[in-house]
Amino acid sequence: MGEKSWGMVIDVDKCTGCQACVVACQSENNIPINEEEHFNQRRAIEWIRVERYWEGEFPDVKARFIPILCQHCGEAPCEPVCPVFATYHNDQGLNVQVYNRCVGTRFCANNCPYHVRFFNFWEPEWPETLTNQLNPDVTVRSRGIMEKCTFCVQRIRRTERESERDGVDLDDGDRALSPACVNACPTSALVFGDFADPESKVSRLKEQEEKEDGRAYRLLENYGTEPSVVYLKKVEEGAKSASHG
Amino acid sequence: MQEHVQFTQKEVNRDLLYGVTNTIRWWPGLTIFLLVVFLAGAGAFGYMLNKGVGVTGLNRPVMWGFFMTNFVFWIGISHAGIMISAILRLTQAEWRRPITRAAEVLTVFSLTAALMAAPLVHVGRPWRAALWVFPYDFARGVWPNIRSPFIWDPSAVMTYLTASSLFVFVALLPDLAVIRDRSTGIAQKVYGLLCLGWRGTPRQWKLQAIAGILLSALVLPVFVSVHSIVSWDFAVNIGVEGWHSTIFAPYFIIGAIHSGVSAVAMIMALMVWLWKLDKYIRPDHFDAIGRLLIIVATTWFFFFFLEWVFALYTLEAPEIALRELQVFQHPYVWLFLIFLLTAYFIPVPVWLFKNARRKVWVMFWTTVLVNVGMWLERFLIIIPGLARKTPFTFDWGTYHPSLIEILMVAGTFAWVALGMLLFSRVFPLVPLFDIKEGMVVRDEVKIGRATVPATVRE
Repeated sequence: MGEKSWGMVIDVDKCTGCQACVVACQSENNIPINEEEHFNQRRAIEWIRVERYWEGEFPDVKARFIPILCQHCGEAPCEPVCPVFATYHNDQGLNVQVYNRCVGTRFCANNCPYHVRFFNFWEPEWPETLTNQLNPDVTVRSRGIMEKCTFCVQRIRRTERESERDGVDLDDGDRALSPACVNACPTSALVFGDFADPESKVSRLKEQEEKEDGRAYRLLENYGTEPSVVYLKKVEEGAKSASHG
Repeated sequence: MQEHVQFTQKEVNRDLLYGVTNTIRWWPGLTIFLLVVFLAGAGAFGYMLNKGVGVTGLNRPVMWGFFMTNFVFWIGISHAGIMISAILRLTQAEWRRPITRAAEVLTVFSLTAALMAAPLVHVGRPWRAALWVFPYDFARGVWPNIRSPFIWDPSAVMTYLTASSLFVFVALLPDLAVIRDRSTGIAQKVYGLLCLGWRGTPRQWKLQAIAGILLSALVLPVFVSVHSIVSWDFAVNIGVEGWHSTIFAPYFIIGAIHSGVSAVAMIMALMVWLWKLDKYIRPDHFDAIGRLLIIVATTWFFFFFLEWVFALYTLEAPEIALRELQVFQHPYVWLFLIFLLTAYFIPVPVWLFKNARRKVWVMFWTTVLVNVGMWLERFLIIIPGLARKTPFTFDWGTYHPSLIEILMVAGTFAWVALGMLLFSRVFPLVPLFDIKEGMVVRDEVKIGRATVPATVRE
């Protein structure tokens, strides 16, 4: 494993709010089915969610969408507060969660300003007909522990293993490497890659958009969390110098 | 000016050991009632263990609720013992004597209640909680994360529990010997064992006094650190606007003293009513604790006010959203009003009147109010803070406690009361030796024509 720094660029301008990423994530990562009741209790588990905000008054109303997932912060607030090292930072820039260590203090969830850590309030259950669709590469989390987006670490690991076996370099933008949400996005609003590699698509996008007039920003930058997810802001209608990434 | 009441040694022994040597009429009934409430709480805990944390009202983003509120509350109450025994002992306030033991025992039991409320009950997998409350399983080479306030917490609470248990025990030694000398059979053997061969020699008295003073002095840093650390459970959260405040540590400590000393005043009233100790706990004592409470409450209010000033000084949108929820929105508006009235604006003006301070029922009900208010204070810090955690309005939430949580909170209250009652049945609630010592050092001094009570020291 070379020096890696996995990250994502999310172009909010391209997001249509279709929720394909949410569905892909649910099935890739063995996330229990969110029923209406879970949403009403505010206990639904969605490692990636599309937040919808309404802007303006009827009839000039606009829906704004923003996909939010674990930002894999460089200075993650969730990490120092865990008493048992259930969450820590690995050498590839991922903020990982060790389910077996977790005792469920929920401290990390409180300290996460992005609301992307989820607690298993119940033992997860699937209908009999769906038990065979569970992903064998992903742990099914029991009740009482935290879980969150892993950037589909199982896919990263598998691709790394296979490329090592075949003696080929990791391919930037490989669909087998990218997380499920990135693969599912019909407008390619989500781009996944290695920020440590200056030639990767995410690095180039970031470099291009971080220039003056660029659209790059990070969520809640003022908290100093140094997220690994770069957002590109929406292009307003009638804006003069729109640079599409 | 304190009254000068003298008793004979025999009288002191008889009065103060009455609860130990006899079963008071109300004792069995009350004990059974509290046991039932405690068992209901334990049953609720069992149900939660079986089903999962889903049976509570917790959700995303309000991941901490009643249990955490209760934890902070009991840690707050536990500050009673040290405030009364250590600080008043070191400052040589004479009026502390009859209430030191009750305050210390309250400390011990409220700390155990706090330990039950937080690490045990509130985590997702309580069967693994011991691994971080006590050192982690080293076999795997994973040590606890000492950067986490949840590691500081159990360390501080356990230190405090050890110190205050020792405090109770050292102060009990001479009294245990008194009971040993007055009992027979197995009881005599047990008390004899517990009092560690106390014979009342000058050397033993000297050692006991030194141990008491040393413990008082050593426990003071713990007194400050425990609630600072509890406040850091909240203050380190950069993600929670309402919690991330540097003033939290002193603010929580003074709040703890406020609720702790109030709880002691409440227990003094109960001791007068239930144990009929009005000969020992005089209006003077209520007067003194009332005056102490005015100072403590006002200092607390000052910090409360400062916290608001600091929060609103920057006029940042998330902070304003939080404060708006805390103060103006249903149901928090009612809780906030009740909190303000009960924690400060009803009790303190009442305590300003000497006549009110000297009435047992006034002191009882005002201090009960204070603790209602202080419980709400913690609730109002924890829940609205989480409900308005970040600027993302999409993720704002709310919280309704479930019956299970209410039962478990009631269970901790029953546990502390039950502990005090059981303690009072086997050990005297008022330290015999302290009262006797107080009578020895008490004397009357002539100043001009008037004779005033005074304390004589070597």
